[in-house]
Amino acid sequence: MRILGISAFYHDSAAALVEDGRVVAAAQEERFTRKKHDSAFPHHAAAFCLREAGTDLSGIDHVVFYDKPFLKFERLLETYVAMAPKGFKSFRMAMPVWMKEKLFQKSMLRDELKTLPGGTAWNGELLFAEHHQSHAASAFFPSPFSEAAILTMDGVGEWCTTSVGIGRGNELKILKEIHFPHSLGLLYSAFTYYTGFKVNSGEYKVMGLAPYGEPKFVQTILDHLIDLKPDGSFRLDQSYFDYCTGLTMTNERFATLFGGPPRRPEQRLTQREMDLAASIQVVTEEAVLRLARSIAAETGQRNLCLAGGVALNCVANGKLLRAGMFERIWIQPAAGDAGGALGAALAACHQFKDQPRLPLNGRIDQMAGSYLGPAFSQAETEADLQAAGARFTVVSDDEVTTRTADALAAGRAVGWMQGRMEFGPRALGARSIIADARSPAMQKLLNLKVKYRESFRPFAPSVLREDVADWFELATDSPYMLLVADVVAGRRRQMSAEEEALFGIDKLNVQRSEIPAVTHVDYSARVQTVHKETNPRYHALISAFKARTGCPVIVNTSFNVRGEPIVCTPADAFRCFMGTEIEVLVAGNCVLAKEDQDPALKRDYKDAFELD
Amino acid sequence: MDFLKELWRFLRARKKFWLLPILVVVGLFGGLIVLTQGTAIAPFIYTLF
Repeated sequence: MRILGISAFYHDSAAALVEDGRVVAAAQEERFTRKKHDSAFPHHAAAFCLREAGTDLSGIDHVVFYDKPFLKFERLLETYVAMAPKGFKSFRMAMPVWMKEKLFQKSMLRDELKTLPGGTAWNGELLFAEHHQSHAASAFFPSPFSEAAILTMDGVGEWCTTSVGIGRGNELKILKEIHFPHSLGLLYSAFTYYTGFKVNSGEYKVMGLAPYGEPKFVQTILDHLIDLKPDGSFRLDQSYFDYCTGLTMTNERFATLFGGPPRRPEQRLTQREMDLAASIQVVTEEAVLRLARSIAAETGQRNLCLAGGVALNCVANGKLLRAGMFERIWIQPAAGDAGGALGAALAACHQFKDQPRLPLNGRIDQMAGSYLGPAFSQAETEADLQAAGARFTVVSDDEVTTRTADALAAGRAVGWMQGRMEFGPRALGARSIIADARSPAMQKLLNLKVKYRESFRPFAPSVLREDVADWFELATDSPYMLLVADVVAGRRRQMSAEEEALFGIDKLNVQRSEIPAVTHVDYSARVQTVHKETNPRYHALISAFKARTGCPVIVNTSFNVRGEPIVCTPADAFRCFMGTEIEVLVAGNCVLAKEDQDPALKRDYKDAFELD
Repeated sequence: MDFLKELWRFLRARKKFWLLPILVVVGLFGGLIVLTQGTAIAPFIYTLF
């Protein structure tokens, strides 16, 4: 049975294909259209999934959409009725979109599906899963567990913003829900907006900014904004927010509470924003911990699965793991709405159609390292690079490893494009920019000259799974870069009294460990463990780097610049390479040095994308 | 027609018949807006709509 899952029309549209319970392919539309967070129907992603499964739409039994439009419209109408006459402006702007398009999503979907290969011949069933059902299914069914508690948290789906469930075999039961407008995701987004970042993409920046600040506003948030109960359930005081009725996240009362208007985008960051970020991070962690504690007590489960945008808060995930309420935690790598496409397909497969799950071995999950996107053969890579005007050398498999490891050890930034593209927001060693984590200058260099992004933002390490405990306070798998752990004490550098006294961004330039490029100012790191089973080439590369330097850790950041979707094709990789100060590009078995390239192909890449 | 049938089934399943008059008004209102303007653009920063 082949099922195609679709998420679209809001943000991060994606497609995923499941065949007899096995995840065959999954990809986000933005990677093909080169439009960040593209919300259009995922034509390219769906066509890719069909190609990967060796079929066209006529070979698909069911297509599943990741949420229920009528239910969302019901929430919208009821919210407007409850808030009337406030919110008329927002109502007036929203209704045309719904009356013209969104209410008719079923027929829109049918029309769009007809444009896919084999679409006119398709006579399968079009199904709809609830938004949080999709998240929960994406969290549990691909996990390595036969039984687990499930927690999903995001901004909002139809009504639900947080759900607790339990999964057993091919069954999944939602036990409790928290409904709109009470939302942990929207609370975090409110602070994202207030600190001057873009809602839906700047949440990472708030999380990255938090360690620079002091959590001075925690009590203010708990006293005024959120009534957080001992079991983790919560209610938000809507008098401080504008998202129900207005066109912004927060209102003047919120600004008065925190002593000033929201920071304007790109305005200089001050200690206040850092303190706000630290405070909302602490509150979020506390809510997640309380929720998890009550789920553990109520369900008696020892395994926990997470999904939904809030599950991308890897700092909270790390704390949850260390709190020890659950023996094992598994987080869906595409925890945001893109993963809803996969979840919807899995929900249809196991819940609607009662198909069994694939046999579990208790250790390896069903996500194949999240390498579920398109791959390019060596011939395709060479043809693509040639067409782009690239000058390259084709080397053997062994040489790919040795030459890249040499370049890394020599302190060069390397664009690394290998195998199938990742599904989800993290680059995991298939579409990555990699560098030497031991270099004290690397973080600044990568931020300002390669990624063109804010200098405060940290980089994440890729570490060999077998060596993770020697470098980080982590003794478990973290293949999707969704757990934060501290650098082990023995690898940290002792701070001088002067350095300890530094504040805010000034902390950034102090070398804190043997791997300063990936050590955040609080000694934490967002760890990716690299596994031989899922990415042998990347594993071999880091092993070769270790053989040269004694260090099994490298910097891994997504292969893109600020505002650009992660690269997909060899031509995308070459464009990004020529537009930045990446010094070496390794695409398949092709090795490119910057100095060999035609200078006429260099382009101003910095301003090519709208800032995120 | 399929759309109206589905909408009716939805209201019945959710026991939300009180939404019906609002839907009629919104339908008329929305129809007017659609007739009087060219495009419908999502205005908001989050996925509430």
